[in-house]
Amino acid sequence: MANISSSFLGIKSPNPYWLASAPPTDKIYNVKRALDAGWGGVVWKTLGSQIKNVSSRYSAVDYNGTKVMGLNNIELISDRPLHLNLQEIREIVKEYPDRAMIVSLMADNNRESWHELIKQTEDTGAHGIELNFGCPHGMTERGMGATVGQDPEIACTVVEWVMEAATIPVITKLTPNVHSVVPTGRSVVKAGSNGLSLINTIQSVTGVDLDTLVPNPYVAGKSVFGGYCGPAVKPIALKMLTTIAQDDVTNKVPISGIGGISTWKDAVEFLLLGASNVQVCTAVMKHGFRIIDDLCEGLNNWMDEKGFKTLNDFIGKSVPTLTHWEDLDINYHHIAKINQDKCIHCGLCYIACEDAAHQSINLEYGKPYNTYTVKVEECVGCNLCKLLCPVDNCITMEEHRVAPEYLNWTEFQKRGLPLNDH
Amino acid sequence: MAIVDNRLSKEQYEQNFANIRPPFENKTAAVVEANRCLFCYDAPCTKSCPTHIDVPKFIKQITTDNIKGSAHTIFVSNIFGAGCSKVCPVEKLCEGACVYNLLEEEPIQIARLQQYATAKALENNWQLFQRKPSLGTKVAIVGAGPAGLSCAHVLSREGVDVTIFEKEAKGGGLMTYGIAAYKVTPQFCEDEVNYITAIGGIEIKYNQELGKNLSLADLQKNYDAVYLGIGVGIARNLDIPGEDLEGVVDAIGFIYDIRDKGYSSVPVGDKVAVIGMGMTAIDAATQAKRLGAKEVTMVYRRTQEEMPCTEFELNIAKLDGCEIIWLAAPKEVKGETGKVKSLVCSVMKLGEPDASGRRSPVDTGETFSLEVDMVIKAAGQVPFEGLMEELKIQNSKGKMVIDENCSTNIKGVFAGGDAVNGGKEVVDAVEDGKSGAMAILEYLGVA
Ligand SMILES: Cc1cc2nc3c(=O)[nH]c(=O)nc-3n(C[C@H](O)[C@H](O)[C@H](O)COP(=O)(O)OP(=O)(O)OC[C@H]3O[C@@H](n4cnc5c(N)ncnc54)[C@H](O)[C@@H]3O)c2cc1C
Ligand SMILES: Cc1cc2nc3c(=O)[nH]c(=O)nc-3n(C[C@H](O)[C@H](O)[C@H](O)COP(=O)(O)O)c2cc1C
Ligand code: SF4
Ligand code: SF4
Ligand code: SF4
Repeated sequence: MANISSSFLGIKSPNPYWLASAPPTDKIYNVKRALDAGWGGVVWKTLGSQIKNVSSRYSAVDYNGTKVMGLNNIELISDRPLHLNLQEIREIVKEYPDRAMIVSLMADNNRESWHELIKQTEDTGAHGIELNFGCPHGMTERGMGATVGQDPEIACTVVEWVMEAATIPVITKLTPNVHSVVPTGRSVVKAGSNGLSLINTIQSVTGVDLDTLVPNPYVAGKSVFGGYCGPAVKPIALKMLTTIAQDDVTNKVPISGIGGISTWKDAVEFLLLGASNVQVCTAVMKHGFRIIDDLCEGLNNWMDEKGFKTLNDFIGKSVPTLTHWEDLDINYHHIAKINQDKCIHCGLCYIACEDAAHQSINLEYGKPYNTYTVKVEECVGCNLCKLLCPVDNCITMEEHRVAPEYLNWTEFQKRGLPLNDH
Repeated sequence: MAIVDNRLSKEQYEQNFANIRPPFENKTAAVVEANRCLFCYDAPCTKSCPTHIDVPKFIKQITTDNIKGSAHTIFVSNIFGAGCSKVCPVEKLCEGACVYNLLEEEPIQIARLQQYATAKALENNWQLFQRKPSLGTKVAIVGAGPAGLSCAHVLSREGVDVTIFEKEAKGGGLMTYGIAAYKVTPQFCEDEVNYITAIGGIEIKYNQELGKNLSLADLQKNYDAVYLGIGVGIARNLDIPGEDLEGVVDAIGFIYDIRDKGYSSVPVGDKVAVIGMGMTAIDAATQAKRLGAKEVTMVYRRTQEEMPCTEFELNIAKLDGCEIIWLAAPKEVKGETGKVKSLVCSVMKLGEPDASGRRSPVDTGETFSLEVDMVIKAAGQVPFEGLMEELKIQNSKGKMVIDENCSTNIKGVFAGGDAVNGGKEVVDAVEDGKSGAMAILEYLGVA
């Protein structure tokens, strides 16, 4: 059995799964249930000044009958009294000494408020602080949340205030509502932030109700942009994570990966692209804390299969494989191959290639089943058909190199090689 | 042992004749199933539907909440889409070809999805077709069955004025009078006919029988074209001794009574033998059982390999508790005081393949006898050979012969459905009606 225990900035947890700062971590009742279920740690729901929430608060994007491919919310930070939260955090820290307790904070925008809040938080015995510079709604209008995270200079100032007071590790949570997360990331690392986490939610409109004509979620005939999360945002989160993992300022601190993680496979992908641990919110909002079992077991089995003994054996391993387009090997070529024994003749590969790719699949009429074969000379190896084929491993991509040696675009141009090979 | 009616309580009848292909109870159930559909290209299911309904399209439209569009997609190919969704032997048509079969998975429940969309259209009386203004062209159709009504709907859409002459007092043909009561109800058949004719431009004249109170010559004189969709006639005689004993009935008549008179008024025996193994035989056997017969035995000359019904239908009979005796040919019905006492059968074995390619049964000389008080003959139907001869319509054993333009040997007289194919399914008759209409439009120069 592999060892999946994790240490993030010296904060230990039995596994790399923390619950992200959100409703699942907003009170002692849920947090106990989470830790009893086996979660490695929690990032407590963001604390700050007393706020008030509206109703309703969530909306979602469903896809082909699958509910909540993406979730959107217009909730603010914790709406429970600060002293109550702090007292509950203290209890948890005492009762679960082997689990990570991080407290997410968003103080009013001045030095004193931050110092005061950090002091109160540290008094609970919490192991770390996460700065919420990411919340894209409600708090921004008050000059907090994403407003801070979107401006590297403001972020830098706030982190400086924080570092004056903090004695426990500080993680800065980045907002994805920027053209690049790197400038703010660099700025807060330079200002002393011990770690980074990303992503927070993405501003969005999930849809418009076709009866009321008001977008979701509905609040008395109106709506606002909400923060998007869940499986739909994973690819964006992975990209942003990679840019942080590749930058030589930001990659000096550990990163907590967040955004659309629902399965152990998602988590492994985040670790491979440079996250030291991961945080989960929507998947738990959808299924409850019980998903932790498979998150751990799947990770463990995969590590055993691959021969990884600890998480550090593979954290960041895929980062160097994400390169620049100019460095890709133009002599690499692969071609789709249809396994006729597996093919169920649905024609999905054909119509996609015919209408949207390279007209590389041949249709031989049959009643009722047509036969589909790849025209080897025409196929550019785009993968489209393979992606669409409903049958596991029915279409495979077979390597047919153009030439044995590596050749990149710069060299290709230099040699004046012909362009229109298709 | 006796043949009596009113064997069961009202509740028992209702339970026994409950819809065998129940609708989806709610939208979620339908959408979950619809979402399983892969949306195949040049879909095998569509190719295996005789009316070529664009199955992936109508299923996709259920998932996009476009039920009106879905119903339109179905009806544009098959105006009997609602009825077909209840009666089609889908296991050998669309669902039998669904690609999921190739994954050894349950095929998409195409018929139930089709029922979901079309039922909404009928319930809400969505009229999805706009008839073109009347052209003043008139066509007579004989027979208000699936072939006739399908032909009428296409013609009316194009602005032709249609008059249908029907010998019975209700429309729908065998849909109304033949198909098993656990597939469609009389109310449904009536609603479907009304929904189809609601487009306008279609008048049905009932109690009009070609060859009796209606002549082809008159129709030819008064109309620009004639379409014959008269189906097939009464059950084939067995030509065995004892066939005229009290208690020997023909399956079509038996089923007609169930549909026409209601369950409690149809007498059935204690021990019933059903002769044949086609769809009609299955329907007769299962419904005899459901009417309260204690024992139902089906006898068939050949084996399961050669049976004309589908595996699925056979299983319905088996699940209903019908006994099946393969390789048994009826030889004689024996009686006492004019009433059926037993059925004597010859034991057969399979010999050489016959004209149809099926191995033909040969008599072994041995016999056995079944104690029964009722014998239902379902050994096939016979087309209206006499009428065809009378009308001088070229035919093969009563089945009208038509050319590639659906035309009989008489100019301006077209035909289709069971009357031509000798008895297939509703969906085949609907397709025939469509092609007949196209041919007539061409003939009239209005296409
Ligand atoms: C017992 C039984 C069960 C069946 N079960 C199924 C099933 O489950 N699924 C399925 O798809 N198919 C089934 N069929 C077959 C299906 O009913 C027929 O294929 C279909 O109804 C044929 O349509 P049609 O319009 O050609 O003929 P019909 O439905 O027979 O319609 C012909 C019409 O013409 C009328 N007519 C006949 N002669 C004259 C005349 N001289 N003058 C005026 N009107 C006349 C008739 O009264 C009738 O209304 C079954 C058939 C039988 C007998
Ligand atoms: C209802 C809701 C409330 C949230 N509240 C907070 C919050 O108070 N502080 C914070 O830093 N992030 C908050 N988040 C963002 C999550 O912590 C997380 O970054 C985001 O949902 C992406 O992860 P996921 O795809 O696993 O949900 C909230 C998310 C949701 C859905
Ligand atoms: S890989 Fe792309 S080009 Fe090749 S057959 Fe598939 S869809 Fe067509
Ligand atoms: S998508 Fe796959 S299963 Fe479907 S026809 Fe193409 S190869 Fe066959
Ligand atoms: S074959 Fe099956 S999966 Fe494919 S379109 Fe038809 S019903 Fe859908």
